[in-house]
Parts: sequence; C-alpha cells; structure tokens
Amino acid sequence: MDRDDSWLDEPRPSWPPHGALEGHHFGAPAPRPGPLTERRVVAAAATLGLGALVGLAAYAYLGPSASQSKRRADAPRLTDDAPGRTARQARFGDYAVTGRSVTIDRPREEIYAFWRDFANLPRFMENIVEAGEPEPGLSTWTIRAPLGQTVKVRSRIVNDRAGEQIAWRSTPDSQIETEGKVMFRDAPGGRGTIVETVIAYKPPMGALGQAVAKLFSAEPSVQARRDLKRLKMLLEAGEIATNVNRRDKANKAQQGGPSVQADLSRSATPTAIPTATA
Amino acid sequence: MRALTYHGKMKVQVDSHPDPQIVNPRDAIIEVTSTAICGSDLHLFDGVIPGVLKGDILGHEFMGRVVEVGPKSTLEVGQRVVVPFTISCGACFHCRNQEFSHCDNSNPVEKQDMSETLYGHSMAGLFGYSHLTGGYPGGQAEFVRVPFSDVGPIVIPDHIPDEQALFLSDILPTGWMAADQATVEPGDTIVVWGAGPVGLFAAQSAKVMGAEQVIVIDHYPRRLALARKMGAKVIDRSQTNVLEALMEMTGGQGPDAVIDAVGMESHGFGNFNLPDTIKQKVGIGADRIGALREAITAVRKGGRVSVPGAYGGMSDKFPTGALMEKGLTLRTGQTHVQRYYRELLERIERGEIDTTFLISHVMALEDAPRGYDQFRNNQNEWTKVVLKPKWEKGRQEEGRARTELDMEAGVAAGPRPAALSTEEALHA
Repeated sequence: MDRDDSWLDEPRPSWPPHGALEGHHFGAPAPRPGPLTERRVVAAAATLGLGALVGLAAYAYLGPSASQSKRRADAPRLTDDAPGRTARQARFGDYAVTGRSVTIDRPREEIYAFWRDFANLPRFMENIVEAGEPEPGLSTWTIRAPLGQTVKVRSRIVNDRAGEQIAWRSTPDSQIETEGKVMFRDAPGGRGTIVETVIAYKPPMGALGQAVAKLFSAEPSVQARRDLKRLKMLLEAGEIATNVNRRDKANKAQQGGPSVQADLSRSATPTAIPTATA
Repeated sequence: MRALTYHGKMKVQVDSHPDPQIVNPRDAIIEVTSTAICGSDLHLFDGVIPGVLKGDILGHEFMGRVVEVGPKSTLEVGQRVVVPFTISCGACFHCRNQEFSHCDNSNPVEKQDMSETLYGHSMAGLFGYSHLTGGYPGGQAEFVRVPFSDVGPIVIPDHIPDEQALFLSDILPTGWMAADQATVEPGDTIVVWGAGPVGLFAAQSAKVMGAEQVIVIDHYPRRLALARKMGAKVIDRSQTNVLEALMEMTGGQGPDAVIDAVGMESHGFGNFNLPDTIKQKVGIGADRIGALREAITAVRKGGRVSVPGAYGGMSDKFPTGALMEKGLTLRTGQTHVQRYYRELLERIERGEIDTTFLISHVMALEDAPRGYDQFRNNQNEWTKVVLKPKWEKGRQEEGRARTELDMEAGVAAGPRPAALSTEEALHA
C-alpha cells in the first residue's frame, strides 16, 4: 500500500510523551520524583502501623542519608537500550503505554499478511469481538470491555509497510483514544520473526478504569501478552491449545473458522466411543 | 467415562465424567488400556504442587488404542500407542531443538500467567498435572483427549505387551535422561538418591551407558533389593553414614556424577530437612531439598549434578558455596520424552532394558484410590502400581517386584540386622 500521509495534518493529541514509543527517556529531562517521596513514605508508614515505623527507623539508621539520596538523584544517568515502555513509570502523560514481543517461527511476510487481514484478529485476540476494514485505511474494532460492555474503536492506518509494520491511530470519533503499531523483523539465527506490538491508550476513567480492567484481565498489557501467544500457537502449531475435552466447552479460539468446525464434525464419529460404563 | 479425580489433599476417588471429544484438528482420542501411578502423582496427592483443583483428572503415564482422530492427526484408529506425559507442538523453537518439555505452544494461554509469575516463563502442557502445566485431564481414565497427536504418541508393535511399553510415557525416559544429563564416562561412579521407579531406571540407564559403578541410596529394603537385582550397589541410609561411605567407595575422590531422583518431599531429618518439612507443612515453603543438598555435598570436584526429581517452589539453604567452589554442573528439567522414546523402544525390543522388574501391583482403575494410599504409605512393598481401566473392581495381581523378590531369600525385608561386630566392621 502507498504511504498515506494525510493523517499528518490531523490535530495531534498531547502525546506521545518524549520517546515513550521509542527508547528510554532517561537521557531527557523527564519529571523525577522529588523530595516529597520521603514524606509519602512517612505517611504510608503511619497508616501501616508500628512494624513499618520500625522498618523506617532501621532504614533511617542504616540507609542512605538525605545528602546521599540527593546525590544519587542528581547523578547523571546513562540512556539505556531498553524499550521505553519498560521504564519504571506507569504513565506517559495521560497515556498508558504497553507492549509485548514474541518470536514466531514463520516468515515475516506471512505473519504480516495474516495480521493485515483484520478479519483474522478475533481469531487470536480474545477481547476483539469483530474487526474489519470498511474502507481502505480505516479499521473498526469492537472490543469486549469489563462488565459485559463493548467499546467501538475506529482507527486510521497511519503507516503500512508490507512485511514490516502496521501502525494505527484512533480517529476523533472513536470511543477510546489509542495509538499503536505492530512491527515485524527477522529474528536472528533463522529463528523466524520477532513480532513486537506497542499500544498507547488513554484508559477510560483514568487509573481507576485501568485497575478495574486489569482485574478482569481486559487490560491491554495482559491482553497483548496473551493475544501474541495465541497468534504464535495459531501460526506455528496450526491451532490454539486448550485443556477442555468437550467441544461445547471450547471457546472461539478453538472453534476457529467455520471451515475448521466443519472438518471436525465430519471426522468426529460419536459412535466411535463406547458409551460410558457409569 | 470413569476417571480418577482429585478431591483435595490426600483425597482421590474414581468419578464419572463426560467422554472426551476431538476439540482441535490435531487431537486424537485414546482408549486407555494401561496407566500407572507416578511418584510425582504423590506430590499432587500430598497437596505440595500448586494449582491442582478439585475435579481434576490425574495421571500422566498411559497407553491405549486410538479410537478417534482429528483431521490433522497422523494416527489411525486402532493403533496402539504410548502417550508421552509432555504435550509438545513439534513446531516451536524448543520442540525443534528437541526440548519437548519446554514447548511454547501446548500450555493454554490463560494457564500460562501463573507459571510465568512463579518461574519467569510458562511451562509446557502436561497431562493430569496441575493447572501450572495446563490443567489437561489426565490418563488415569477410560479415555483421554490427546492434543498434537501427530507429534506425541509412539506406535507400539503388537508383540510388545502393555507392561513393557507403558513406562515409555514418563519414568523410563526420565531415568534415561537423568543418566544422560549426568554424562556417563568410562570409569565413572554414578550415585542415585532414591530407589523409586525413576531412580531405578536412572541406575539401570547408567549401567547400560557404561558406568563402572552405580550406587543407589534409599532406606526401603525392598526398593534397595530391586536396585541390587539390576546390578547396582546399594546404601541403606538408615544404617550407613552416606557421605563417608561414598568417599570410601570411590577411593576418597567422591562420585563423578550424582542423580537426585527424590525431589521435593525428601525424607529424614538430616541436611536441614527438619525446618524444610515444618515450613512445607505450614505452607510457607514448598520444596524439601535434603537429598539434593546431600548429593551436591557428595559429588566430586568438577562433578555433575542431574536432577530428575520434581520440585515446584522455592527452597532454603541451597548449597551455592559447594556448587560454585567445586565447579559443579547442574542439569535439570522435565523429561524431553520424544527425544528418547524411539531409541528406548528399540532397546526394549532388543531386550537391553528391563522395564517390568519394578512393578509390584496391577489393579483395576476403580481401585486406584487404594493404590495411591498404599503407594504413598507402604513404599517398601508398593514399588510401582499399574492400573487397568477394563478390569472389574477388586481384581488385583502381583507384579514381578513381588513375585521374584519373595522367591529370593534374604532380600525381602527381614528383621533389622544386629549391630555389626568388630570383625564385620574390619571386613572390607
């Protein structure tokens, strides 16, 4: 697909924060916890009771002095090579940024093509009820949300390089503000393809919404991990593992496409198994 | 179908469950003809492995006939197969490296979170062995759904009886891999802690691989008698000072390789095992590593430590000093069954390996709860239990471990020997 740059003209939300999608921001003058931290510690200790106070006293006696802590905080830091999303901070501006990598022993082009056909996404993404591309470059996803809700996300494909990358950003009329990309690159040593996803999103209802979502395993960081593992299973093993031993207990991942079900019902010969003796 | 079901710590019973079906394209359904109780089933029975839920069907050593296949299975209905306890996709990085028990794709995604938190990485799927390893319904049942049936099951020729082939599912390759990971070299002394089924097979494997001397340590006389019967020297730890004996039996050098075939429920009160036991009982520690501590202390400098024994959590007082200062090599892992089972089947066919000498009891699946109880609490007499789903309740036969040992006078548990005389102590 030709690169569509029209999205560049669209008003851009106040994100991403510096480098959240790229390298660590440690080299940049990022906000740093100030001296308030110790006061917060004292406040927490008061609520946690005597035990914490004893610990704190021990820390005050044995731990670094105030001047040591300050010197450490002020010491220049090396910009490390870890992905920005693994930084020890939960938020990047208003956005939560999450991502996950998986190595799949299939060629890059094949995995790209599978992903680029958005109708395939519900096969391995547990919370995607439906996905499609009603017009070229515009995708719509229906996402299962906590408490039986669904959320509709409309996003524009902002970067699409065959065999390399698909990037998207939600349109202004979308129910969730989100932006993300999936990248494909050759794994070293002929081990297949490294598939890396990075997703930034504004959690509905902020930190509380994020916590609730996490509780229901609907949070993108949990989902990204599980979804990529399912993709790996589907592309490497041809099916998604399950421990259920009855078809009526299987979920959509096993039911796969209608074709798979048709195959199974053809081969399944209920009479082959003698009736249970009990 | 009928299947042995977990109902909580020390409580198992045979219940009715719906018959399994083909769910995924590579599945097959096996009608079980023989299955066995494994020493590691006792860890589940004792409630020391996390993630076993009430209602789970146990059992991971089983064989039987194929009764139904999915469209992508390469098996044929009617074939007689042994099923490895490890479920492996055959296509991922680990499977292609012959590390079948590390398969990335066989543990259901929802089940991987727990072991990823506990171990840093998820485990492969295993039959009937806790939800950490997938929560797959196990083989102590009339029927089993076998995923990836084009990769796992091995077809057994009809002239080999069930009992000879059954242990290809786990304990035979586990013992073989234990010896393989211990690396047997000419002139070596290999020492095995635990004369249970895996320890006995490890000792036999080390012999077959050419070890000069194999020594097996235990405190159950009948189990030691089995080890002696297949050519190993034995040490009864209740009579003998183990570390001193091993030094004296290896010319003051120490054994070249040691094998811990005991695992997380080590007996005795030596080697800091008492605090481990208390912690395990009150639930603040998982693994008792008394045998492993002793093995690491015993092995010679630059020696090899092989651990087929099952561990599940964390332990204290792991001898890191001895491990590092003596320059030891530590090799562990669930068994890569599919790496070894073809070669082992050939050795069984050629008569190079005896796979039935340790069977003490063959009984009906319906009586499995009694099998668990006896295998756990009467370890001297009950050395290996085979279960038959087709047998009617109450039918039970004795295995070679009983019939042959009972015929050999002196090896069966007699009265405790009197204290050694001066002459006996002076005797080399």
